[in-house]
Amino acid sequence: MAYETVIGLEVHVELKTKTKIFCGCSTDFGAEPNTQVCPSCAGFPGTVPVLNKKAVELAVKAGLSLNCEIANYSKFDRKNYFYPDLPKAYQISQYDYPICGKGYIDIDISGESKRIGITRAHLEEDAGKLVHQGSITTTTSSLVDLNRSSVPLLEIVSEPEMRSGIEARLYLEKLRSILLFAGVSDCKMQEGSLRCDANVSVRPYGQAEFGTRVEIKNLNSFKALEKAIEFEAKRHVDAIEDGEELIQETRTWDDEKQVTKSMRTKEDAEDYRYFPDPDLPPIKLNEAFINDIKENLPELPDEAQKRLVEKYNLPNYDASLLTMTPDVLTFFDECMKEYEDAKVVSNWMMGELTRLLNQNNIELSESKINPEHLINMLQLINKGTISGKMAKTVFEEMFNSGKDPEAIIKEKGLVQISDEETLLATIEEVINNNPKVLEDYKAGKEKAFGFFVGQVMKATKGQANPAIVNKLLKEKLNGE
Amino acid sequence: MELFELTVYELQEKIKKREISSEEIVKSIYKRINEVENTIKSFITLADEKNILENAKKIDAKNEYNGLAGIPYALKDIFCTSDFRTTCSSKMLENFVPTYNASATVKLREQDAILMGKLNMDEFAMGSSTERSAFHLTCNPWDLERVPGGSSGGSAAAVAAGEIPFALGTDTGGSLRQPAAFCGVVGLKPTYGRVSRWGVIAFASSLDQAGPITKDVRDTAIIMNEIAGYDSLDSNSLDVEVPDYTQFLNQDIKGLKIGYPKEYFQEYVTQEVKDAVINALKKYEELGAVVEEVSLPYTEYALPAYYLIAPAEASANLARFDGVRFGYRDTNAENVLDMFKQSRSAAFNNEVKRRILFGTNSLRSNNYEDYYLKAQKVRRLVRDDFTRVFKDYDVIVAPTTPTTAFKIGEQINHPIILYLNDIITVPVNLAGLPGMSIPCGFSDGLPIGMQLIGKPFDEGTLIKAGHAFEQSTDYHKAKPAVGVK
Ligand SMILES: [Zn+2]
Repeated sequence: MAYETVIGLEVHVELKTKTKIFCGCSTDFGAEPNTQVCPSCAGFPGTVPVLNKKAVELAVKAGLSLNCEIANYSKFDRKNYFYPDLPKAYQISQYDYPICGKGYIDIDISGESKRIGITRAHLEEDAGKLVHQGSITTTTSSLVDLNRSSVPLLEIVSEPEMRSGIEARLYLEKLRSILLFAGVSDCKMQEGSLRCDANVSVRPYGQAEFGTRVEIKNLNSFKALEKAIEFEAKRHVDAIEDGEELIQETRTWDDEKQVTKSMRTKEDAEDYRYFPDPDLPPIKLNEAFINDIKENLPELPDEAQKRLVEKYNLPNYDASLLTMTPDVLTFFDECMKEYEDAKVVSNWMMGELTRLLNQNNIELSESKINPEHLINMLQLINKGTISGKMAKTVFEEMFNSGKDPEAIIKEKGLVQISDEETLLATIEEVINNNPKVLEDYKAGKEKAFGFFVGQVMKATKGQANPAIVNKLLKEKLNGE
Repeated sequence: MELFELTVYELQEKIKKREISSEEIVKSIYKRINEVENTIKSFITLADEKNILENAKKIDAKNEYNGLAGIPYALKDIFCTSDFRTTCSSKMLENFVPTYNASATVKLREQDAILMGKLNMDEFAMGSSTERSAFHLTCNPWDLERVPGGSSGGSAAAVAAGEIPFALGTDTGGSLRQPAAFCGVVGLKPTYGRVSRWGVIAFASSLDQAGPITKDVRDTAIIMNEIAGYDSLDSNSLDVEVPDYTQFLNQDIKGLKIGYPKEYFQEYVTQEVKDAVINALKKYEELGAVVEEVSLPYTEYALPAYYLIAPAEASANLARFDGVRFGYRDTNAENVLDMFKQSRSAAFNNEVKRRILFGTNSLRSNNYEDYYLKAQKVRRLVRDDFTRVFKDYDVIVAPTTPTTAFKIGEQINHPIILYLNDIITVPVNLAGLPGMSIPCGFSDGLPIGMQLIGKPFDEGTLIKAGHAFEQSTDYHKAKPAVGVK
C-alpha cells in the first residue's frame, strides 16, 4: 500500500525587541546567566507583567507578512504547569484569541508553487533554561538561568498541509526568509531564536482521516527537520505494515544516531488549565494601527523574487535562492548597481559564495566578502587580467580575508599572460619538444591539440590566457 | 488627649503649627504599642524603635512639613517592602525580604511618612478572621475574645487600638471593609485600577485592591490623595484623573440619591446590624438625602461566583511558591517534583490548600465551562445589576457584614459559614466598584459597619456621604477600652 505523510509545523520565533515582553530586561543573547533578570521576569511575588508594545507591533508585522488576518481583539491566557525554569509556574500565552489568525505562505517545489496554510500565530513569553550539572540523567543538581524568561515569542502554527520532509523544510526556509525580510526576528536556529516542532502522521493515500500523530520536539536545524520527518514517516509505515499500534506521543530527534526517541506519551499529557490572565487587559488594535504597519512593510521574498525575474531576466530558481535572506538579496542588489550581467553575478553567488558559506557554516554577514570586490573581480576577468579559474582562488581569498582582488592577484602572482610574443615563444618550445605529438596532430588526432594547450598552461604555471593560447596555437599548427 | 489618639489630619495640623514634632508622635506611638501590642498582637514585624526615632529626627530637621511627612503608618504584610520582610503571614515567606517596594507605598515613602512595620493578616489574604495567620492571632481591640476580621485584621486592629494613625490593607472580597467594620474604623476599597497593585502580593488579581484603613473619613480622603493614581507598572491601573478627595468633605448632601438593596437586608443579617444601618438611613433622610429601596437580584449568585473566580486565580498566583527561587524549600526531597510538593505541603495552611484545590479543579479543561466560565458570566450579571441601579442612584448603602465580630475559634472549622461573612462585600469586588465601611453603631459594645458603595471612580461621593454621616454622629469617636488602666 502507498502511504502519505501529513506534517504540520509549530514554529517559535523570538521577536526582535530590545526588552522582554512583560518587563524592561534586555533580550541580548549570550549574557552571563541571570544577569538579565528582574523581580518581574523572575516571577517574584507582587510583581505584575506590563506588555511591551514593540512585541505587539512585531507580531502584527509578522502576521501581515504571512498573509494572516490580524485580530482586533486578542488576549493573554495563563498556561499552568510546574517546572523549575518556569518562574511563575504558568506561561503567559494566547489560547483562544490569538493576535494573528489564518494566513498562508507559498513554497516552490521543483518549479511548482504550493500554498501552505497558517492556522494562527500567537504571542507568548519564553521560559528560562535549566543547566544540569553533568548529564540530565545523572545530575544531582541543576541550575536555573532566567535570562530567557519572558523573552517575546511568536508561535506560528501551520495547517497539516505538508507531505514530505522536503516540503516541511521548504516551508520552514520560506517562513524564515519572510520573517527575516520583515525584520521581526533574527531567526537564528543555533541561538534558539527560531525553533521548530513537527507533528507527523501517515495514512494510506486517499484516506481522509489522519493517522496517529507524533510530535517531534526541538528540531534545531533544517536538516534535522527533514531527516526526523523522514525517519518518523518510515517508522510509522513500518509499524502499520507490521500490524503494530502507534501511540500518540512526543519524541525527540537524536542527531547523532539519526533516530527519534520517545519523550512522553499522551497519558502523561498535562491539563494546562488555561484561563484569561487577569493581570493583562485584552489587546485591542484599531485598523489605523494595522494599516500603518501594513503600508510600511518592507519588500518580502515573493515580491523580491518577482522583481529579480522581471528586471534581470533571471531564472526562478536563481531568484528564489537570491531571496533566501535579506543579506543575500542586498549583496546582489549592490552588485547590480555596478555591473550589468545579472546571471554572472547570480552564478558566482549561487556557486562559489554558497559553497564557501556552507563549507564554513556561516551566514553571509559573517563572511568578509563585499559586493564591490566581487564586481572588481568580474571586471578583471572581462579585461583578461585573470582567468575564470584564477578567479576562484581570488574569490576564496576575498571571502576569507576581505582583501580587494588586485591585492590578492599581486600577492599570489596570479596575473594572466596575454602577451602574444611571450606565449608564442613558449608554444614554439612546446611544439619543438614534442615532435611525435606534432605528427599525431598532423595525422588528424584531435587529442594532440589539447595536449599542447595543457603543456603551455603547465609551462606558464597556469597563467597563460587560454583564449590567446588557443588562437596562437591554432595559427602556429595550421600555418606550418 | 495623647498623640497616639489623634487622627492623621490632627497630627498634620499640629506638625504644621510646630506644636509637635515627628519624634514626639513616634514616641507616643511606641508607648501605645508597648502598652497594647501584647494583647492585640497586630504586628508581624515591628520596626526597631531606635531606628525609627533617628528617622523621625531627620525628618524634623528638614523642617519642611507638608503632606504626610513625619506621620507613622504600617502596612498589611502583603505589601512588598525592601526594609521589612514581607511574609503574607505564611511560613512560605517567613524570611522573604523583597528587593522592591509596592507602588502604593513608594508614594508614602516619598512623602517621608514613617513606615513602622508590617501587620498581621490571614495567610495570603485568605480568611475573614486573621485566625489563618501562620504566626499568631490578632485580637479585636473592642473585645479580646473576638476576631478583628480579616484578612486585613492586623491593619484594622492596629488603627482601632491607636497603635498606628493609619494603615494600608487590601480587599479581595471584603478583606478591608469587613475588619474595618469589626474594629470600628473606616476602610475604603477603591475602584479596581485606582490604586496600583504593583508590589502587592496577589491573591486574586482581578479582584484585589489596596486601600486605606483610617480613624475617620477625613483621613481616608487624605490618604487616598497620596496613594491613588495611574501606575505604568500595573497594566490594570487606569489613567483616570485623581480629584482632591478632601474637597468632598463637609459638603451638603441634600438631594443625594441613596439606594438600599433589599437583598442586603435578608435574614442572614442580624437584627442589631439591620437596625443600625436603618437608623443610619434615617439619619441620611434627615440630612436631606433621598433614600429608596432598590434591588440587586443577582446578589445570591455573587458569593458562589466569587468562590470560583478567586480560588481559580489564586491557584495560578500561588503556583510560583515552589521553593525554587525564594521562600520555604523542603531540602529533603529526592527530586524536583517532590521538592515542589513537599515545600507546598509544609508551608501552606489548610485554607490556602483548600482554595488552591478548588481553583485548580474549576480550571480543569473538563470543568472550565461549567465552573469558571459560568462564574464569569455571573460576574457580568452582578456588574449589570449595579450599573442599572447607578443610573438612578448616587450611592448604595448596606451593612458591611451580617454580624458583629465573632468569637475567636467560633467559625474556624466551618469554612462555609466563614465565607458567608463576605456575602455583602463580595459583589463590590466582582463589579470592581469602590466600597467603604464606616462605623454606624454598636451592639453589645461591638462596632457595626455601614457600607457605602459607589460608581466606578466615584470614591469622592463615598467620602462626601461618609463624612456627612460622620459629622452628624459620634460613632467614629468611640475608642475601645484596651490598654486603659
Ligand atoms: Zn525582567
